[in-house]
Amino acid sequence: MTRKQRRLYSVIGAMVLLGSAVGLVLYAVRDTLVYFYSPTEVAQKHLPPDRNFRIGGLVEEGSVVRHADGTNIDFAVTDLQTRIMVRYTGLLPDLFREGKGVVAEGRLDSDGKFIASSVLAKHDENYMPPEVADALKKSGQWVEGEPTHYDPPKEEE
Amino acid sequence: MIIELGHFALILAFVLALAQASLPLIGAARGNAALMAVARPAAFGQLIFLLLAFAALMYGFVTSDFSVQVVAANSHSAKPMLYKIAGLWGNHEGSLLLWVLILAIFGAAVAGVGDNLPATLRARVLSVQAMIATGFLSFMLATSNPFTRLIPAPLDGAGLNPLLQDPGLAFHPPFLYLGYVGFSMAFSFAVAALIEGRVDPAWARWVRPWTLAAWCFLTIGIAMGSWWAYYELGWGGWWFWDPVENASFMPWLAGTALLHSAIVVEKRDALKSWTVLLAILTFSLSLLGTFIVRSGVLSSVHAFATDPARGVFILGFLVLVIGGSLTLYAIRAPILKGGGIFAPISREAALVVNNWLLATACATVLLGTLYPLLMDALSGGTDKVTVGAPYYNATFTPLMVPLMMMMALGPLMSWKRGDLAGVLSRLQFALGLSVLSMLVVWYLREEGPVLAVFGIGLGVWLIGGALTDLAERIKLFRAPFATSFARAVGLPRASWGAMLAHGGVGIVVLGITASTAWTEEKIILMQPGDEATVSGYVYRFIRAEQGPGPNYTALRGQFEVSKNGAPVVSLEPEARSYPTPPMDTTEAAIYPMLSGDLFAVIGNPQGDKGWSARLYFRPLQSWIWAGAIIMAIGGVISLSDRRHRVGAPRRAATPIGGAPAPLAAE
Repeated sequence: MTRKQRRLYSVIGAMVLLGSAVGLVLYAVRDTLVYFYSPTEVAQKHLPPDRNFRIGGLVEEGSVVRHADGTNIDFAVTDLQTRIMVRYTGLLPDLFREGKGVVAEGRLDSDGKFIASSVLAKHDENYMPPEVADALKKSGQWVEGEPTHYDPPKEEE
Repeated sequence: MIIELGHFALILAFVLALAQASLPLIGAARGNAALMAVARPAAFGQLIFLLLAFAALMYGFVTSDFSVQVVAANSHSAKPMLYKIAGLWGNHEGSLLLWVLILAIFGAAVAGVGDNLPATLRARVLSVQAMIATGFLSFMLATSNPFTRLIPAPLDGAGLNPLLQDPGLAFHPPFLYLGYVGFSMAFSFAVAALIEGRVDPAWARWVRPWTLAAWCFLTIGIAMGSWWAYYELGWGGWWFWDPVENASFMPWLAGTALLHSAIVVEKRDALKSWTVLLAILTFSLSLLGTFIVRSGVLSSVHAFATDPARGVFILGFLVLVIGGSLTLYAIRAPILKGGGIFAPISREAALVVNNWLLATACATVLLGTLYPLLMDALSGGTDKVTVGAPYYNATFTPLMVPLMMMMALGPLMSWKRGDLAGVLSRLQFALGLSVLSMLVVWYLREEGPVLAVFGIGLGVWLIGGALTDLAERIKLFRAPFATSFARAVGLPRASWGAMLAHGGVGIVVLGITASTAWTEEKIILMQPGDEATVSGYVYRFIRAEQGPGPNYTALRGQFEVSKNGAPVVSLEPEARSYPTPPMDTTEAAIYPMLSGDLFAVIGNPQGDKGWSARLYFRPLQSWIWAGAIIMAIGGVISLSDRRHRVGAPRRAATPIGGAPAPLAAE
């Protein structure tokens, strides 16, 4: 086999592989991207019930209800403009607090309630997920530099 | 005072780095031995001054000197000593100091043991190392100085994030950095070789030990990180495809590819320019990784906004390093002529395919990691997306399957021209074992899933392949046992290392497959005396009570676990509350067994309804880490091979300085 032939094989092989990888990526990106919406956007967009997405905002004060079975929890997520009811089954992360930022992933049921498959914990108590900060900005409830809503994230690992 | 001395030492190290980055390079270009000779003492000096700076900051942390800003922000007087020390690198400024210190250690190592390197190559390598150091040191001095004073000093510190107060995590960053920074050696050698215009088997022999060492550290560092996530975050997850995790995984993938392509350069004098490119890319990904973790560019675009100077500096440095080295590559790579040619079925070809697959897999991870940033930028901030596990399952996993199928074939293939039919017939045993294991698993777990059954088969195939490789090399069953034993003893350590590493991958695959597919989980409310059964294990809840810890209070639960009436273990998970900074953490109780992990988490009491508990059985879970450790051990054994010992190899006929030395026996 000559050098030229070998190079040809290499190039063809790499092309085939790269092509299939691009195919995989395009396929995956179409189906697996998870969009993030604020409660106000959820209310405006009329998202179909089978669509998986994330919401974020503050856990409304006084909205957390634990059901008798101990593992079903209802709470409201708000961007201080619109609220959305969320149900989650399982243990909440350590950092889940009323009045604090939260991000949840899941889908809407037919009544417009958000059924969360996961509630995300961030590493730092003061850490406001950037998406939540944006959601609050969008709803006009964000005051730059006001510590009651937001403390800048500390360094974390 | 000591803090100021540390600050001064840091500045001196920066000045030395500047000298080391420029003078030896000029010397090497002009053949001026005096200028080239600057590199060595400069590298040692840099190490000494950075050690002093590190010691000064350590002193600040150990004595809880809260007039130092990073100490005040990340330490607390009531913290156990281990975490006061670990607090040094648990923050942005301190971790950068650790980074440059490790860089200086590697630089001094080249200066110290690189006696057999041609003088110009060593001068250039050290000069490139110093350029990286210059970049980092100026970044630290300009935007992230760890020695900044805080006036007035607070009475006590803000404390280290309790989640990070964990022995596993205390040592996780140093290992990760040893890996990241270790790849800088491959990078420096690659850039130096491009400047020299010469890449040959000897070059690969110099680069391989450094790459291998870095790879071992990175493997352990990643394993530690995922182990920490597993037991500290308290819900049994161990890998999340989080940007920060991907940041360490991408250099690992590229580094693994580099490790393999360097073999081809060394043994066959082929794939040269590709290997040089990989060395550049691996370190570029390490840099990207450091910055993703340290700047928060990806998890939060707003990190740029909080300190624009830092963000701009980081971007500038990345552009300079990656752009500069790639430009050099584009100019110089064409002069690197390939040597040995090979057939499409050969060990070389198998390693080429290994490289394609690893590089492509790395690219899909990179794309997934950066995609949210791209979307955000392109849509002007309106489209917020996350790329999660489903993306990686659809892109990364399909690329790993052919890689692993080939992994058993490659080592049995001969160089230049291989015999596929012969190799396959020698792998009959591994194939049979793999099919048998799939049938057994299929029988035990009728419900599948099919992919998991296939995953088990793949893992067994890898382990069987590694065993076959060993059996072939020592002529097991084909020669008298004594002969086989003698051959096994005489087998190069590098061969043992490769087999262990490949077998380790098989063990990891088994662990991932079983724990992902067949974990059983129960989340329930329990009163003392209640029992719950998970995968045949009976968890009996004994009690839960509040108690103090060194710097926290904890709710301690107790579960007696038994199987078929026989007691197995008593698990005592905790829910801790730390006062500074105020935070709750979950300490899962885990009992690892060969067959799987028992895992219990206790939650807060729900009024009079009892305590919420999360109970798991995670089959083969600890195999993931055991496999990773075996991979790293394989790397270390390979590193102890005479041929790979750092600094041992010599160039066959050295054009500049140094006496010709015989090639190490192959």
